[in-house]
Amino acid sequence: MAETITFYMLGGLILLFAVLVVSTRNTVHGIIFLVIDFLVVALLYASMNSMFVAAIQVLVYAGGIVVLYLFVVMLVNHKRPPEEYADPNRRNWLGAAMTAAVLGELVIIGAYASLRPAAVSASATKVGYVKETAMVLYTDYIIPFELVSILLLVAMVGAIILARREW
Amino acid sequence: MGPITPTHYVLLSSALFMIGVFGVITRRNIIIIFMSIELILNAVNINLIAFSLQWGNSIGQVFVLFVIAVAAAEAAVGLGIILAMYRNKETINIDEMNVLKW
Repeated sequence: MAETITFYMLGGLILLFAVLVVSTRNTVHGIIFLVIDFLVVALLYASMNSMFVAAIQVLVYAGGIVVLYLFVVMLVNHKRPPEEYADPNRRNWLGAAMTAAVLGELVIIGAYASLRPAAVSASATKVGYVKETAMVLYTDYIIPFELVSILLLVAMVGAIILARREW
Repeated sequence: MGPITPTHYVLLSSALFMIGVFGVITRRNIIIIFMSIELILNAVNINLIAFSLQWGNSIGQVFVLFVIAVAAAEAAVGLGIILAMYRNKETINIDEMNVLKW
């Protein structure tokens, strides 16, 4: 029962702050809402027993990526409001209608699925603990792990080159 | 309110995904579009964790770490592109970033 209440509370907060992120006018406020959203998602991971992923979510998303966003917002000086010009060929209503259609489809799927609920996971194994995650990460997935490190290095070099003022 | 099944997590993550897609499609401020993309990646991560718990398999957790790493790389390169674009065109409105359009 406590698990159910936690899920609905965290899920509601996640969706609320996500809506605030996509609807806010002020970009800095949007970033603040994004941080809160990331932290609530980390709480959801923690409630799902995935402590390591929750910690990484706080460190990398709420700590690293958001600081990058803040730097860019501070560097980009709004001389005029970013949304004052709209392409005449733009069809916002079409995109909004399409996402609304998919959301309606989700509601139908949810109503249908609630008639025949899926089995609750047995999950007796210790999935989500640091030891189990590390065992898989550093044995079976060691090559993807190294590839991701190279990807991060390449991205770092690329970002520096892109953001350089002149050659 | 019964127990929480994977269906609940999948519905939550699809709703979050659609909010992100809505932001990408309807906003014109490119920084907010980037934040919407982060929301989409978070939705995918919630799915991966839910199914990892359902099947008692740690691979889902490992893939979440990979997704987070790729998101960090994407944010660094994308924000670099935004800075370069702002320096050249003095705008962060994607409707004015049309030099590659035709």
